[in-house]
Amino acid sequence: MSAGVLAFPSGDGLGRLGQRVAIRVLVGILVLLASATITFFALKLTPGDPVRAVLGGPTANPSPETIAATIREFGLDRPLIVQYGLYLERLVSGNLGVSFSQRQPVASVLAQQIGPTLQLTASAMLVAWALALVSVIGTTRRNRFLSAFGSGLEAVAASLPQFWLALVLLAVFAFGLKWFPPQSRDGFAGLVLPTLALAIPLAGFLAQVTRESLELALDQPFILSARTRGLSDLAVRLRHALRHAVLPGISLSAWAVGSLIGNAVLVEVIFSRQGLGRILYQAVTRQDIPLTIGVTLVVTIVYIVASTLADLLFVLVDPRIKAATR
Amino acid sequence: MSFSDALSIRPGAWRLPALRLPPLRAILAGLFLLALALAAIEPRLFTAANPLAIAPREAFQPPSWVHLFGTDQSGRDIFTRVIYGARQSLLLGVGAVALSMSLAIILGLIGGLGGRFAERAVSWLLDVLFSFPTLVLALLFAAHLGSGIGPLIIATGIGTAPGYARMVLGQVIAARNAGYVEAARALGHPPLRTIARQILPNAMRPLIVTITMGIGQAIVWSSALSFLGLGAKPPAAEWGTMLAMGRDFVQRAWWLTFFPGLFIVLTTLATTVFGRYLQHRLEGRGA
Repeated sequence: MSAGVLAFPSGDGLGRLGQRVAIRVLVGILVLLASATITFFALKLTPGDPVRAVLGGPTANPSPETIAATIREFGLDRPLIVQYGLYLERLVSGNLGVSFSQRQPVASVLAQQIGPTLQLTASAMLVAWALALVSVIGTTRRNRFLSAFGSGLEAVAASLPQFWLALVLLAVFAFGLKWFPPQSRDGFAGLVLPTLALAIPLAGFLAQVTRESLELALDQPFILSARTRGLSDLAVRLRHALRHAVLPGISLSAWAVGSLIGNAVLVEVIFSRQGLGRILYQAVTRQDIPLTIGVTLVVTIVYIVASTLADLLFVLVDPRIKAATR
Repeated sequence: MSFSDALSIRPGAWRLPALRLPPLRAILAGLFLLALALAAIEPRLFTAANPLAIAPREAFQPPSWVHLFGTDQSGRDIFTRVIYGARQSLLLGVGAVALSMSLAIILGLIGGLGGRFAERAVSWLLDVLFSFPTLVLALLFAAHLGSGIGPLIIATGIGTAPGYARMVLGQVIAARNAGYVEAARALGHPPLRTIARQILPNAMRPLIVTITMGIGQAIVWSSALSFLGLGAKPPAAEWGTMLAMGRDFVQRAWWLTFFPGLFIVLTTLATTVFGRYLQHRLEGRGA
């Protein structure tokens, strides 16, 4: 069954795949430009002194000559639409500018910070799915008590704010039991608490979605037919029902990756962990416009990549889609 | 509704529906939300103490019968502060959802009724906005709007709007082709009246549940923003601000962060449970 799904695309299929990838990339670039535009106007239309922001934020003390030079360079005395044109021109030529709060080019700040955040996001995603699947497969349509316990637990998990969970985990496991370091530096031990703080609420959410579709799937005729072939209950769930049940969760995965990165802002701040989230927080509070735009661009790229991967995964899990697009 | 359904209603249609109690969890959730609303209107119903009264000698008292949730670094009673925080938090939740829904309805109506180009443009804009995580979008606005509850509502409302707008757009598109809209048009009703009387109510009905649950979510987002130091400023008794202040003392006094956060969790949970219950009720009635 799975061999057909995973088979390498044939010549014709490859061409079509190439076409679809090309369209994806094109749409992705448009989305990036639009994202930059939104960030640009969000930051321009909110109060604040742009000259000062470019030159080093509220704490900077630039000379009048520097101010004049900056106004000329960025066209800050010109109409907003001209500024926007200049800004896009710089952006398209690959110039993300210099971050004043980090005192280095935005590109190199992003290169340093993206690794830890991707590591955190990926581990939280894996742990969230693992927890969700264990809870859903273990408790859906069992006896009344177990089902109610499972869905209750999931509802509570989904309601936990990440930043509060992080503080509770910190109080219990870092300061109370001293199992993990309170500050997340490199290494596995430092990754555990931030991962859990992000993963548990997401797990509750994914489990709720998956439980609903697992219940629907278990009512289907093919489940009865699998049971009559003498498959064990667990085998029926894992091999037949689950494939259907995970689909809604997978199609939410790109959104989930985005929300994990968003919430990484909080978790990275709480655990003093390196990463894009903490950098974004610093950039936003210090009015570091180049860095803020740089981070939002990276977040958008991650979202686009994640939604592409989620689509591919969806086709892998649900061969019907592939048959339909042929 | 089919013809036979309509007929089956006839006998005994004058009778009141049988009184059936909602499930226990929905009752508990409803009671909690009711208590929260009461605390928001009149906090003195629940506590006699002053949320801002400083008593340095009573600082860092652990939870006890005198101080149910303990005291903070200035000796202020945390239970009192949590109760007084209900008003701000509910205001934030309701305000942010109201703003966000207004934006969503405007975008949804433009996209759904403005012709093919508008539909493409709006749904594309929403796709782009959706690629911003809620907190990132809210942060972009929160940082420059200054402090206070107003900016917090604006930032949270804008941050959560793309998700709602997508739903409204879908509902408007579904409603615009419905028979009753056709009928209103055939009767010669002016377009604005059709929008207000037919399209909007029908598009919004399925979203009642989303709105209920959204209030809890909005409280989480806005308290996250105040936790980051954007929004309500200390010593205001706002749950997110209390968490932010307690964060420095996590090692020493866990109750400073535990109880305000617990109320955020309970509020979110209560809105979710209550929203689910509403959903079952509405779907059960064939809405």
